[in-house]
Amino acid sequence: MTKLGQWLCGLALLGSAWAALALAPPGLRLPAPYRQALLPLPIYLLVVFGCYSLATVGYRLATFNDCEQAAAELQEHISAARADLRQRGLCF
Amino acid sequence: MEAGGADKFSVLLPTYNERENLPLVVWLLARTFRESGNNFEIIIIDDGSPDGTQEIAEQLEKLYGSDKIVMREIISVLFSSGTAYIHGMKHATGNFIVIMDADLSHHVSLYFIKQKEGNFDIVSGTRYKGNGGVYGWDLKRKLISRGANFITQVLLRPGASDLTGSFRLYRKEVLQKLMEKCVSKGYVFQMEMIVRARQLGYTIGEVPISFVDRVYGESKLGGNEIVSFLKGLLTLFATT
Repeated sequence: MTKLGQWLCGLALLGSAWAALALAPPGLRLPAPYRQALLPLPIYLLVVFGCYSLATVGYRLATFNDCEQAAAELQEHISAARADLRQRGLCF
Repeated sequence: MEAGGADKFSVLLPTYNERENLPLVVWLLARTFRESGNNFEIIIIDDGSPDGTQEIAEQLEKLYGSDKIVMREIISVLFSSGTAYIHGMKHATGNFIVIMDADLSHHVSLYFIKQKEGNFDIVSGTRYKGNGGVYGWDLKRKLISRGANFITQVLLRPGASDLTGSFRLYRKEVLQKLMEKCVSKGYVFQMEMIVRARQLGYTIGEVPISFVDRVYGESKLGGNEIVSFLKGLLTLFATT
């Protein structure tokens, strides 16, 4: 199954569970407070996910390494390479 | 740990106008491999560069020997990384294939080769873990990179932290199998390879790499690139 397929199945499952419990077709009634709490659940979950995303991306952005040393090493390597290759007869 | 043994590494370098960088990349690779005692060859696949890349490649071939440097030219309107790899693999005699860019953005590291000892089918370089990272990126570019990677992780759950890096090591049979299955173009192709590899049950190891921004020339990351990335991502989401 494709990822899209998995998502659709998952959403269908959760969606129907939520609809069954929160929208309350007769015959499956939970007490009113529970129904009222469940009703805005999808929105809450979306907001929570949004906050989680922002926090995660923000954290990862802050901890994104800057490779000063690697850059310096690379410059050294480049100089060594050019010198060696020139010595061996390569025409740049 | 045996020193190389019967293993041979074929490095595929697709090039377009890399006259300046190519000798340096080859020199670094040759030195890295010699120091590690591994048998290697470098296959340069040039897309008809007008700047003299091929002349330089031929000089390198003379310098290092044509068992070590192999120059193949393809002139094709459809040149993409995928085409270059297919072409390159036909000439590869190693049992491990290393794929990397010829523009010196990947800091060639010995560590990378050693990681193979974990007996992985694929080893992928990552900028996002360990002491991997970037150099010369401003905040905007880092943000876009992390944001895009986050979306990719959520949607594709690929089991690898960096999908758009193109510094990878594959077992030859694994790469051949994946090339048959993958249909995307450009760097989305790189992403698809990892996703499909996971589906096929191949093991993927990760090694931190330093991505040093283009030594010569400029890298662009404009609106167009972002849009095409999202399109590619959604395509993979819907088809894999």
